[in-house]
Amino acid sequence: MSAPRYAREIPQRYRFEAARCRQCRKISFPPRAVCAGCGSESSEPASLSDHGKIVTWTVVRVAPTPFALQAPYVVAIVELDDGVRVTAQIADAHGEELDFGTPVRRVLRRVRAEDDGGIIEYGYKFVLARLT
Amino acid sequence: MFGIVGYGAYVPCYRIRTAEIAAQWGRASEGEPKGKGLVEKTVPGMDEDTITISVEAGRHALSRAGIDPRRVGALYIGSESHPYAVKPSGTVVAEALGLGREVHVADFEFACKAGTEAMFCALSHVKAGEMDFALAIGADTAQGAPADPLEYTASAGGAAFVFGRGDLVTCEVECTHSVTSDTPDFWRREGNKYPRHAGRYTGEPAYFKHIVDCAAAILEKSGTSAKSFQHAVFHMPNDKFPLAAAKKLGFSPAQLEAGFLVREMGNTYSGSSPMGLAAVLDRAAAGERILVVSYGSGSGSDGFVLRATAELAGSRDRAPSLRAQLDGHRVQLTYAQYAKYRGKYHLNG
Amino acid sequence: MRDVYVIGAGITPFGELWQRSLRDLFVSAARQAMVDAGVDRLDGMYVGSMSPGLLVEQEHLSSLLADYLGVLPAPCVRVESACASGGAAFRSAFFEVASGASDVVLAGGVEKMTDADDVTRALATASDQEYEAFHGITFPGLYAMMARAHMRQHGTTREEIAAVAVKNHENALENPNAHLGMRISIDQVIASSPVADPLRLLDCAPVSDGACALILGSEDQAKRAKGPLVRVTGVGAATDAIALHARSDVASLEAVARAAAKAYAMSSRGPRDIDLAEVHDCFTIAEIMAIEALGLVDRGRGGAATSAGETSRRGRIPVNISGGLKAKGHPVGATGVAQIFEIVTQLRGAAGKRQIANARIGLAQNMGGTGGSATVHILEAV
Repeated sequence: MSAPRYAREIPQRYRFEAARCRQCRKISFPPRAVCAGCGSESSEPASLSDHGKIVTWTVVRVAPTPFALQAPYVVAIVELDDGVRVTAQIADAHGEELDFGTPVRRVLRRVRAEDDGGIIEYGYKFVLARLT
Repeated sequence: MFGIVGYGAYVPCYRIRTAEIAAQWGRASEGEPKGKGLVEKTVPGMDEDTITISVEAGRHALSRAGIDPRRVGALYIGSESHPYAVKPSGTVVAEALGLGREVHVADFEFACKAGTEAMFCALSHVKAGEMDFALAIGADTAQGAPADPLEYTASAGGAAFVFGRGDLVTCEVECTHSVTSDTPDFWRREGNKYPRHAGRYTGEPAYFKHIVDCAAAILEKSGTSAKSFQHAVFHMPNDKFPLAAAKKLGFSPAQLEAGFLVREMGNTYSGSSPMGLAAVLDRAAAGERILVVSYGSGSGSDGFVLRATAELAGSRDRAPSLRAQLDGHRVQLTYAQYAKYRGKYHLNG
Repeated sequence: MRDVYVIGAGITPFGELWQRSLRDLFVSAARQAMVDAGVDRLDGMYVGSMSPGLLVEQEHLSSLLADYLGVLPAPCVRVESACASGGAAFRSAFFEVASGASDVVLAGGVEKMTDADDVTRALATASDQEYEAFHGITFPGLYAMMARAHMRQHGTTREEIAAVAVKNHENALENPNAHLGMRISIDQVIASSPVADPLRLLDCAPVSDGACALILGSEDQAKRAKGPLVRVTGVGAATDAIALHARSDVASLEAVARAAAKAYAMSSRGPRDIDLAEVHDCFTIAEIMAIEALGLVDRGRGGAATSAGETSRRGRIPVNISGGLKAKGHPVGATGVAQIFEIVTQLRGAAGKRQIANARIGLAQNMGGTGGSATVHILEAV
């Protein structure tokens, strides 16, 4: 991935930085210039909850080239405690552990690191919420 | 009073049994490999590395410290498996932990003692009054060459310590000391994937000389003796060396027990003695004294005399203990899975 | 707005066409259509193609294809809306004729997919690059998540989903241009190679090359052309959030429902008036969700209806008689046009062995990504 593109997204990838509309209180992740709820252009910083529940998931077995060696891996839609939904991998899981509503918590992991010597791309994933 | 205001540790959930490795190379699990006595070691997931481990351990330490991360003035990460050859681990970890931009960041490297070096320097900045808080992390995803004895022990994990002063201190640092010499017992040249070592030379003239010299010096410097300590942590490259060092210095196995993790964790290199300390802090009672002496090949040792304060117990539950992680959800790997996870398979290009 | 007719149609076979390039394919289909329409020049051209840049490193199709088709200096533009590129191209061509600005406009679609190394990566650009594809999700993976949710919410079974594949591959046996006409069983679908749980290889449309072209004309043009008249009576399109996680319901296709509502209103028709439909079955589950969104079956009953044969050739509402994307093939940019091609062929009574008797009103539904964009067109035999 290009370095400038990667760096722009660090606040979202590393820290889950979002925005909350000042008018209708809807949270947008990533932050948007125009609120998807009411169209307002006025917002304030917000951070997302680190905890959520599984909405639906799949186990990817045929992966695109940058992810080929990692397959099979689990990708899910997670609904965070504040109501926002995100798509992310569920790390340290094979699929059988998951059910609708399984609680998960956010971690930072390597998402992609191509063999060509490019930058290592870190980002959010989730793990089953066992200890915290 | 200066010392630790928050600590944290992290191990990945994957394990491989030493018996599984031994079977791979046609060896019995007893007798031959140096890892005799070790049961299993930790293995990082394919998506984990020193940076991600440091972030988890760092989060736990900040939770226990209970401070705004932006008050941290420095972040030092010691490892011998920094993910980049050139580009610091510390910048990613600083951003991920939300330390803000006004922070001094540096990566440390000194074989297995890079973690305690980070601690050494973080503490110094706070003592000098340069900053209120400094965060030091020792973490590694150590590599052992296939069929080499190190393959039985090289493992993954990390521990983090926030240093500060005054009422927030949960474990005071009473004294520090460091010894160094150019002793080439273990090294890795640029471009090589695996380290090399000088066999039995890594024992007496390397590990033992530096640990014993450093320990003896710090005991004298601090006016203490082996009996002054309820807990001791020596670098754990295997399960024999730290017990032998303890014996030489007059410490009993019982004093090592709380931090003696190597049999179920392996050698987490720059994480080894820091994680031993974290495990001790998970249990230490107020007033108990702790000796930590690390060892890094090349060579050197950092020593710390610490004392748990009354504040320690109250901060513990804000993050998971290392014991809970070591004993909790674990996934055993076959050698084939382990080799895949550790990148021992090579593709074109 | 004035009435618009489809006055010419052309198509290439769909499949792995190693010997044919993007421009070869397009020119072949477009020439057929022009000959069929009896025209030798165009007022304008719209070409749907999703990823020529990534797949064959070719952009600027507007110039390339107008040049190679021999219709210079006609205005041309490439239209892109992921897998709905073809339907979107058709819609744009419709309005150019309906508005009176032009009398004869070509709506075409083409995709050359088999030259590329990593087609999955190119197709993933239809999803949110930063917040979906970045995490390693693939299109089969996204639809697998929708399938799992649909099974949970509506009790749809793995067998019902597989029934879509069985039906469409069998339908394709009667389509001489189809990529994969074959007789398979539900068990074979379920036992095929896993792709993204719970979807298997036979749940997924293949990677195909191909092109299709339709000529739209005014009423005067239509009367000049030979053959039965086919009029475009309903045109609808809509968008929805690009990321599946941002939709209100991951198991339904709201953009399709909205596009359909517009098309029904414009044509003064309802779901019960439709004689046959070509829907966007990029994956088996997509057909189930599409027929629900189009109102052809009740919400949640898509699986059951398919299993019960309601959408088979002899059923109440035949769906994907051509074989659909699953079996006819899915050269992405061509698909939306090819769906309408099938409707036109059926309404003209020219569908040979797969002809649906008394086909008078047909519907074509085309969709981008996981439903981020959709077009619905209704055509009628006049």
